[in-house]
Amino acid sequence: MEENISKIKEEALNEIKNSEDAKKLNDVRVKYLGKKGELTSILRGMGSLSPEERPIIGSKVNEVRDELEGLIKQREEEFSKLELEKKLKEEKIDITLPSKKVKRGSKHPLNRIIEEVEDLFVSMGYDVVTGPELETDEYCFERLNLPKGHPARDMQDSFYITEEYLLRTQTSAVQARTMMANEEKTPIRVICPGKTYRRDDDATHSHQFSQVEGLVVDKNISLADLKGTLEVFVRKLLGENLELRFRPSYFPFTEPSYEVDVSCFKCGGKGCNLCKQTGWIEVLGSGIVHPNVLKMGGYDPEKYSGFAFGTGLDRLAMFKYGITDIRLLYQNDVRFLNQFDRLDR
Amino acid sequence: MKLSTNFLKDYVDIDVDVKTLAEDMTRVGNEYDEAGKLLDASKLVIGKVIECKMHPDSDHLHVCKVDVGNEVLNIVCGAPNVREGLKVIVALDGAVLPGVTVKAGGIIEKEDKPRVIKRGMVRGEESNGMLCSMLELGLEHKYADEADKTGIHELPEDAPIGEDPIKYMGMDDSVIDFDLTANRGDLLSILGMAYEVGAIYDKKVKDIDLTHGENKENINDSFKLEINTDNCSIFLARKVKNIVIKESPAFIKNRLIASGIRPINNVVDISNYVMLETGQPLHFYDADTLNGMIEVRMADNGEHLKTLDGKERTLSEEDIVISDGKRAIGLAGVMGGLDTEITDKTKNVIIESAIFDGIKIRMTSKEILRSEASSRFEKGLDPNRTYVAMERACKLLEEYAQGEVVGGIAKYDKENLKNREIDITFENINNILGMNIAKKDVLDVFRRLGFDTIINGKKSEYKENEKDLEKIEKILVSVPRRRGDISIKEDLIEEVGRIYGVDNIVGRLPEMPMKEGSYDKVTRGIRNKMVDLGLNETLSYILVNDKEAKYFTKDNTELVSLLDPMTEERNTLRHSILPSLLKIYEYNKARSNKDVSVFEIGKAFYKLGEEYGETNKLAVLMSGDFYLGLNKKQVDFYIIKGIMEEILDYLGYGGRYSLVIKEDKIPDELHPGQSALISLNGDMIGCIGRVHPSLEKDGVYVLEIDLDKLLSKKVGKMKYKEVSKFPTVNKDLAVVVDKDVTSEEIAMVIKKAGGSSLSKIDVFDVYTGKGIEDNKKSIAYSLTFEKMDRTLTDEEINESLGKIIEMLEKKLGAELRK
Repeated sequence: MEENISKIKEEALNEIKNSEDAKKLNDVRVKYLGKKGELTSILRGMGSLSPEERPIIGSKVNEVRDELEGLIKQREEEFSKLELEKKLKEEKIDITLPSKKVKRGSKHPLNRIIEEVEDLFVSMGYDVVTGPELETDEYCFERLNLPKGHPARDMQDSFYITEEYLLRTQTSAVQARTMMANEEKTPIRVICPGKTYRRDDDATHSHQFSQVEGLVVDKNISLADLKGTLEVFVRKLLGENLELRFRPSYFPFTEPSYEVDVSCFKCGGKGCNLCKQTGWIEVLGSGIVHPNVLKMGGYDPEKYSGFAFGTGLDRLAMFKYGITDIRLLYQNDVRFLNQFDRLDR
Repeated sequence: MKLSTNFLKDYVDIDVDVKTLAEDMTRVGNEYDEAGKLLDASKLVIGKVIECKMHPDSDHLHVCKVDVGNEVLNIVCGAPNVREGLKVIVALDGAVLPGVTVKAGGIIEKEDKPRVIKRGMVRGEESNGMLCSMLELGLEHKYADEADKTGIHELPEDAPIGEDPIKYMGMDDSVIDFDLTANRGDLLSILGMAYEVGAIYDKKVKDIDLTHGENKENINDSFKLEINTDNCSIFLARKVKNIVIKESPAFIKNRLIASGIRPINNVVDISNYVMLETGQPLHFYDADTLNGMIEVRMADNGEHLKTLDGKERTLSEEDIVISDGKRAIGLAGVMGGLDTEITDKTKNVIIESAIFDGIKIRMTSKEILRSEASSRFEKGLDPNRTYVAMERACKLLEEYAQGEVVGGIAKYDKENLKNREIDITFENINNILGMNIAKKDVLDVFRRLGFDTIINGKKSEYKENEKDLEKIEKILVSVPRRRGDISIKEDLIEEVGRIYGVDNIVGRLPEMPMKEGSYDKVTRGIRNKMVDLGLNETLSYILVNDKEAKYFTKDNTELVSLLDPMTEERNTLRHSILPSLLKIYEYNKARSNKDVSVFEIGKAFYKLGEEYGETNKLAVLMSGDFYLGLNKKQVDFYIIKGIMEEILDYLGYGGRYSLVIKEDKIPDELHPGQSALISLNGDMIGCIGRVHPSLEKDGVYVLEIDLDKLLSKKVGKMKYKEVSKFPTVNKDLAVVVDKDVTSEEIAMVIKKAGGSSLSKIDVFDVYTGKGIEDNKKSIAYSLTFEKMDRTLTDEEINESLGKIIEMLEKKLGAELRK
């Protein structure tokens, strides 16, 4: 009997080893361990054995069965692993085929800059204000200390609609409007981004362009406040560690007036073609609000002072994104526009 | 303003190179465009042609032997005027000349790089340099004489061989071309520049030489002055007799050239020279052509005058005119008259030195001509200089034109020649600059500028130290009239900042109460939503041509046109953003960018009666393919309608808008069968549709919403709406109706018949074709039923469906499609 068990074991082991797939392995399992299997039949036929033999044979059979079951399981795992590998191989795809995505649009680069500037100043408590683009001579010039016939009007060749109406040449027009609108004459902290228009058209000038204007009016406002504010502005927009230089200039609506140069963000101030070897790039016009402008706005220049600044956003956008021709901003080629859907980090 | 540094050095001693001077001037607010030598050429010597033969292998070249002092050079020269014995300018081997090529007739072509002269062979003949024309040394064409234009420069016979020709000619000068600000009229003079440069380098300005003799006659005996307008505040006249007209001395010519003015003759040159020196424009009349008098008055409307340039001018009563009592003889401050000008035959001269109203001059010169004189009057002059310039002209006419100065001055003077006095405190200065400048340093700035300072009623000798000034808060600054730009204390603060320097200011943020800033969140929200929907934002020109300006609008407003457009293409302000977007579409189409889906938030303009106005609008243009989720679809009406619904729903107007077809109100630029107005609670807020095929053949779809109108309609806060806890039931229903019946009409009937448990009606198919009669269409709906409080029974749903079908049959003659 024992011999018989050993023989079955030998045969079974052999067959398990040689089974080619999961199905054949299962056949082997049924053949030996199934209800009618060879090993099972021995257990069934144990009735014919003597009581002494029964436990011996029984434990022997169980031992062999455990061994076979273990081996079958092991073999099964091998087969399922092989099968998985095969399946994975079959499922291989060409990952270089085009993706499927939901396409977003993009914001115009000038509006990206405007939003960035707005967010910065709003975070410092400024209000963003707007004014008409079809402006009156009074607000565009006269209330900015530029009476009719003033020679500085030549700095801005304007598009007039009538003698009184024109397309605003500067966002500064909003200065007077903001002061007039503030009836309680409380402190002012505003910026005004927007479109402006002058008779000019070439690679660096467009007859339509965008500016942002800033105005702060309060007691004891000084050039130091202006410088600190512009440092925050310029460093946020164009790069940390940039230095500012105030160069005296002339604007009728500020006194003193300064052009603000920024250390060249391309070469770091060493001199390059962008800064024309000077190390500095002119970025802003600014100054202390002229007492006449405060007076016309209803603020007493003996009590209040203020600063104002303005800059061309087209140029900032060109610097920031490396755009070499201003006309690209207004051609709106979709291949150009599509590039501006990216988080600027 | 072109500043000759040689000229400047007459009045202030400085020892800096031209670049440094230009940079230092920039730092105090006077920007420059260019700075460099008047003639930028090196390795030049004066030579003498000692032999000149025709080149054996050329019909125009000469082979010359040129004595340059230490050697005799063989040089090939093509100039027709080269000849034996001529003194010439020789560029030696290695000479660097300005990058210009001189073509026939003296036409100059500029090049990027300087020109280097090298020894070489010219058609087999050795050439060890070049004989030069002044044009080749960088002289502008308008200053060159005939020899220079057609050949080489001819130096005088006594020119010293071997020496530097530029130095010999007195043209070793440097020039800075300043781009001055509009307030600094004082810097349009050498004297003004000298004061500015003197302040920078702390140098005193030298006196101008006004000494001259005069005869025993008196001008007032034979000459009368009448000023009959308020627009002339000062008018001085002197007479100089028996002048000799000839060429100016070299120094006058060279300085005029360096300053950008062409020399004419000694008398004309002197009037320009004095204007450059003092800033005061002068006018010289041929005294013998005058009627013994000068009158200043406003012109009569339609009065005629032939100006110096030979042109007949028609004047208006806005122009200030000079007359001799009989006729107009000059346009004051702008240009003299032809009849009274200085000619070769002029013997006696009347000098005019006057100040005319800047605004009037500006208006006249804008109409007629901008001149060196008019630009100075416009910016304002120092009345003291009116006298200085007059005397200086007499001095120079006496010295360089052998003139005899007649005694006396014909004079009209309503000017105040006194300095302007301005009170200021040290605190004022430091408060505005945000600095802490020592009091003595403030005084030092005024000293350098040449301003007097009065402390406690006493003129400062500028010897105070900080301790002397301890108790002084307020000072009085006396500003000379030459600085017409300084009238209030803020102007003085600027001067302190300019000369002391503001580089040391430490920036800080204004100390103001904390508060939340505000911005237009709605515009930002619209922009974000449109980008999320897949559209590109554009920024277009608001100026379009007058034909397109009113496209896509249909109202009674008038065009808003520019008085003086740059081009006809952009002569009018748009009434709608869509014409601008259409241009963008065409631009892209021309570059094979077929898929264009763009939007813009911007302004549109109008004129209504005499009022001008502007409106904020949102415009959308879509054409070609558009991504709908993962799929690209050809844009059609329903896609742009979806964009419209998305944005209106997003802004909180869901359920309040509809499309209406009012044929007479729909803009002509839209396809009549594929367009509508957008109505919000009965108000028309915009339009939508396909661009009319006569305007754009391809399928281009547009949408425009008047944001001002839209956003004036209030919306409630966003609130959560409860969803049913019970399952919904979906039923499909397809009906066949006449083609003209709209989906909206069907939906209205379904909604009414379906009752409160019908929560959603969706169209999922529209079909015409096989199986459907020609004038009919089939529309399939997916209907959703739900109740908030229970599950609907089959009986209830079937009852609703039955009612819907019954009503559709009854109201619209619909048939259930089987």
